[in-house]
Amino acid sequence: MGIKFSLLVVAALIAVVFLGVKVVGMYYVFGVIIPYLAILTFVGGFVYRIMNWARSPVPFVIPTTAGQQYSFPWIKQNKLDNPSTTAGVIGRMALEVLLFRSLFRNSKVELRDGPKLTYQWEKWLWLAGLLFHWSFLIIFIRHLRFFTEPVPGFVHLADTLDGILQVGLPGIYLTDGLILATVTYLFIRRVVIPQMKYISLPADYFPLFLILALATSGILMRYFIRVDLLKVKELAMGLASFHPTVPEGIGVMFFIHFFLVCTLFAYFPFSKLMHLGGVFLSPTRNMPNDSRMVRHVNPWDYPVKVHTYEEYEDHFREKMIEAGLPVEKE
Amino acid sequence: MKIYNANKIIPGLIIFLGLITFPMWYNMGKAAPPPEIKFDTPVIQQMAVKQCVLPKADMRTGHMQLLNEWRTQVVRNGYRTYVAADGKEYNMSLQNECIKCHSNKTQFCDQCHVYAGLQLGSVPYCWTCHIAPKEAK
Ligand code: HEC
Ligand code: HEC
Ligand code: HEC
Ligand code: HEM
Repeated sequence: MGIKFSLLVVAALIAVVFLGVKVVGMYYVFGVIIPYLAILTFVGGFVYRIMNWARSPVPFVIPTTAGQQYSFPWIKQNKLDNPSTTAGVIGRMALEVLLFRSLFRNSKVELRDGPKLTYQWEKWLWLAGLLFHWSFLIIFIRHLRFFTEPVPGFVHLADTLDGILQVGLPGIYLTDGLILATVTYLFIRRVVIPQMKYISLPADYFPLFLILALATSGILMRYFIRVDLLKVKELAMGLASFHPTVPEGIGVMFFIHFFLVCTLFAYFPFSKLMHLGGVFLSPTRNMPNDSRMVRHVNPWDYPVKVHTYEEYEDHFREKMIEAGLPVEKE
Repeated sequence: MKIYNANKIIPGLIIFLGLITFPMWYNMGKAAPPPEIKFDTPVIQQMAVKQCVLPKADMRTGHMQLLNEWRTQVVRNGYRTYVAADGKEYNMSLQNECIKCHSNKTQFCDQCHVYAGLQLGSVPYCWTCHIAPKEAK
């Protein structure tokens, strides 16, 4: 159900841009207007979502993370998994964002005959997820060559490392193969594992298909249905410098690729893809386990009117002394 | 409504927006039109019909695929003659054929490649082995 629907949407998107460009000739719409709308939606939506999250209070410290917490000096603290300082939190966050550390702990539980409960290492999801995200990032960085003039050194560096095999012309990129393989894995995983299939929604399939179509169209464009890259760069530079132009004669393959990117960007803030920003706001990742050193005040606490013991004693001191009760201040 | 941890979230958001809008401020609003490539080499100027190995549009997008094919033909199969669609014969060689006509490599090949953002240094790396034409700078 979710699969068919998502596939249909992606197919419809491709059909729309193909007809729009090839038949109606709406080059300016697909080359300038939609890209600008998409980036505006992305930035606006992203800021809105983050500010919305920033307005949600965190009622409690959430210290239940793996690893030994800060304790007696003779008990070794796990400083990265259960940090009590800001530096430790930054370290944990960096490991999480760059290496997906908590996904690395993924395990598979199975009930076998016996009955026996077994736990197994399950690293494939971690590996595929990590390779997928890094490939995406490197492809993203490499694409900056279309949007910058002169092209900065780190873009060339990414290009050189990614094309290090120097196989064929135009040379193949490692990330091209990796992104196709890993997205395919992430899709197959959702389909063959019954529990995964049960909880998968169109919102899970759609981004996968969209990215798969995006990568496929890019790869087709690079190796098979070539387009004039100089004109692509002229268009991209026009967008980046706010002097938009649509040079004539860019193949429709480019517009398909570009429209899919625009869809991805516009869809981003309203989807699960917002985990890009959300991971930094995850309480189990960004709160130091210092609940025994710093008092965390629940923002939801009702301002209760309290009467402390000092105030009580001030109030009743004479009477207490008269009655022979001990007082703290004479 | 109150914004919690604004001292961390807002700088983080600003850094993110700075990164994602990198092309917009890096170019400082300068559009960059594609380079003018030059065909004014002695060989091309003497040609009656100015044409490349393939039609111009195919050369423009597909010259690297042609070079790849030539390389395979020469290095693996040992054929050195390419017969174009119009019956003209070419010696399948990067430095002897392409460069015979396009002897202005820095004004021709490199102009495009630098603009397209191919790897710097030896745009592309072919010229680390193949001999680039001598040009008056
Ligand atoms: C009209 C502009 C233009 C001209 C002129 C041009 N090229 Fe290219 N060339 C390109 C573009 C754009 C690419 C990048 C293809 C890509 O990244 O997919 C390229 C890629 C290549 C590649 C493949 C590089 C790689 O690593 O993928 C080779 C080889 C190449 N060109 C050789 C030449 C030679 C030799 C000449 C001069 C005789 C030349 N080109 C002239 C635009 C041009
Ligand atoms: C016989 C001379 C000759 C040879 C050999 C030759 N070219 Fe060309 N090339 C030309 C001419 C002339 C043009 C301009 C064609 C036109 O304007 O229609 C051209 C155009 C091109 C273009 C398109 C430039 C543009 O404006 O888009 C590229 C790229 C190119 N050549 C690359 C190569 C490569 C790579 C080789 C070797 C495989 C090669 N040429 C071999 C004469 C030659
Ligand atoms: C490691 C060194 C090296 C690099 C790098 C290299 N080549 Fe070559 N190439 C050779 C050698 C050696 C031959 C064989 C020369 C011969 O037999 O005439 C050759 C032959 C060729 C030929 C056919 C013969 C001729 O004279 O040109 C082509 C075409 C060619 N290479 C294209 C390329 C292109 C395009 C690139 C860049 C993408 C490239 N080569 C990079 C070493 C290299
Ligand atoms: C973040 C979103 C994007 C993804 C995931 C993506 C993915 C890809 C992939 C996998 C390729 C194959 C070749 C390569 O890896 O370089 C490719 C090629 C290409 N993409 Fe994208 N792309 C994205 C955004 C864009 C944008 C915004 C443009 C507009 C300029 C664009 C234009 C191109 C072009 C012109 C090619 C062909 C490159 C060549 O022939 O060398 N892409 N894309």
